[in-house]
Amino acid sequence: MSGADVNPPATAAVPTPMQRERATTIFERSVPGRRAAAVPPSGVPGGDRPIDELIPAALLRREPARLPEVSEPEIVRHYTRLSRRNFDLDSGIYPLGSCTMKHNPRLNERVAALPGYARLHPAQAPARAQGALELIWSLERALSEVCGLPHVSLQPSAGSHGELAGLLLTRAFHADRGEGEIRTRVLAPDTAHGTNPASVTMAGYEVVKIATDGRGGVDLDDLRAKTDESVACLMLTNPNTLGLFDPNIAEITATVREAGGTLYYDGANLNAIMGHSRPGDMGFDIVHVNLHKSFSQPHGGGGPGAGPIAVSDRIEPFLPVPRVERVEGAGGNGAGATRFDLRDEAEHPRSIGRLRGFQGNFGVFVRAYAYILSLGADGLAEASETAVLNANYLLARMREGRTGRYLPLAFDRRPMHEFVLSGSGAKRELGIKTLDLAKRLLDHGMHPPTVYFPLLVDEALMIEPTETETRESLDGFAAAVEAILAEAEEDPEIARRAPYTTPVRRLDEAGAARNPVIRQALD
Amino acid sequence: MATEESYPEDLRYHPEHDWARIEGEEATLGITWFAQDSLGDVVFFDPPEVGATIAKDEPYTEVESVKAVSDVIAPLSGEIVAVNERAGTNPELINTDPYGEGWMVRIRLGDPGEADRLLDAAAYRDLVAD
Repeated sequence: MSGADVNPPATAAVPTPMQRERATTIFERSVPGRRAAAVPPSGVPGGDRPIDELIPAALLRREPARLPEVSEPEIVRHYTRLSRRNFDLDSGIYPLGSCTMKHNPRLNERVAALPGYARLHPAQAPARAQGALELIWSLERALSEVCGLPHVSLQPSAGSHGELAGLLLTRAFHADRGEGEIRTRVLAPDTAHGTNPASVTMAGYEVVKIATDGRGGVDLDDLRAKTDESVACLMLTNPNTLGLFDPNIAEITATVREAGGTLYYDGANLNAIMGHSRPGDMGFDIVHVNLHKSFSQPHGGGGPGAGPIAVSDRIEPFLPVPRVERVEGAGGNGAGATRFDLRDEAEHPRSIGRLRGFQGNFGVFVRAYAYILSLGADGLAEASETAVLNANYLLARMREGRTGRYLPLAFDRRPMHEFVLSGSGAKRELGIKTLDLAKRLLDHGMHPPTVYFPLLVDEALMIEPTETETRESLDGFAAAVEAILAEAEEDPEIARRAPYTTPVRRLDEAGAARNPVIRQALD
Repeated sequence: MATEESYPEDLRYHPEHDWARIEGEEATLGITWFAQDSLGDVVFFDPPEVGATIAKDEPYTEVESVKAVSDVIAPLSGEIVAVNERAGTNPELINTDPYGEGWMVRIRLGDPGEADRLLDAAAYRDLVAD
């Protein structure tokens, strides 16, 4: 299925129509006086008077707002054209490691578009938003069960936001015990997601890296050597970014707990374990869940996402406010019915406070809850099983032929939902880097996996196919990689100059980082 | 584009892929060909402060490439007497000329005896060959 339809590089000198076209902003399409809609005359008595008679001068603009003046078909064409320049999950496989680019069921969209959810104003009084609050409460309960921890807050709006929340909770927890001053360091393995050390620094803690042992897990000797009364928290992903489940997890969490630290579980890889093992049972205090990864949301390009946190009893008093509370009714009709309410600092005086406006990205909650209910508990467990099966099937295919020779598995252990290959062989023997391979995959109509991460693997390729790819799709991906390596044996220059068929060719990433152009003139 | 792989004989090397050119009581420091090749195109280098003290085996600055931000490890201890401001404005020098115009800092040696614990070119070449 791949190979035959890949544009031969001989034609690469002739740019495609899309490559010739410079992407424009909607402001460049603006023509004075053009409008997308005709506003009908006001039906309000007196509404036809001049605007400066209706609104006080102090509240009026001196100059009209700089808005693009475009007709409706031009708006539609503009955004359709932009979307075609993009690669998305609805176009092909998108096996980004630790990003869990699974299919987003259309059922979720139908539910999220119901007017009772979609048109609800965030400032609506709780008494008039009972259905929304019940959904939040019910989603909290479901996530609590998946994580194995009793209390949940949906406030954090991204995984990184959940990490920051977890560290602020850690700070509040230690301060409450009079240990705020002495606990200054946070441990994180050298395979950790880049956001972990960034969140630690942002929360005012010092990052201490823990080494990885020869089998790809936490180096226990290094952990013991660095664990003392100055440790505030250990942040860990399990399975880790190598896709490996750490068999020493109970000992790891016990070591830090005995030294008085909190335990933070980065839920980026939760898709490997849902319904099979729970971070709370592993000994963690705080977990963030990426609803946009594990619970199927359209994501990438900046959101919206959600990074709810689940916490243990000892962390609960510090959770962000407002919190949704279920107030049991006395039974019977009317006033006796069960209702849902928001509780603030008055009821939760030790709370770390608010982390954002309103309740969070509510549409994301609706989709996640629809996903959980439509799969059910058994379905979630099966999703994780299939994610692990798919990764291991793809790995088995990629251990064959040239791929097995030039792109060996970085740590030779059975992975969970993702695995990391090293491109050092391809670089040394074929003269193509992992970046070249990734760019050439685009010509096969596939999004490349995560590259150059984790950092401890030379020329890393981190592949997470997810449970929603078919066997044919996985075979197609393996065949495309094999075809690229076979091609590179003949002529490595083809991969080095790829891609050929994309809306833009090889980008000058170094130039963009060294001399970023971050302002676009309106005219 | 970067230069051909090389490890000059007159330098001393740290296993974290840093070099030192020792001249009397001072030394010039930078990262090796292997380090810049692994990093890929360097896009940002923030020279540290003159007068700062650096310690052997500890990070003294960071370089950012298209792939990652990495600590730069001091091969020797000492006090910084000069920094390469040009590499700050033209970080590509670290790729194109890692042992020349891509140098990072010059230090006054705190403990000249430390140099004995660094690798020579042959030993470092063996290290990166693995």
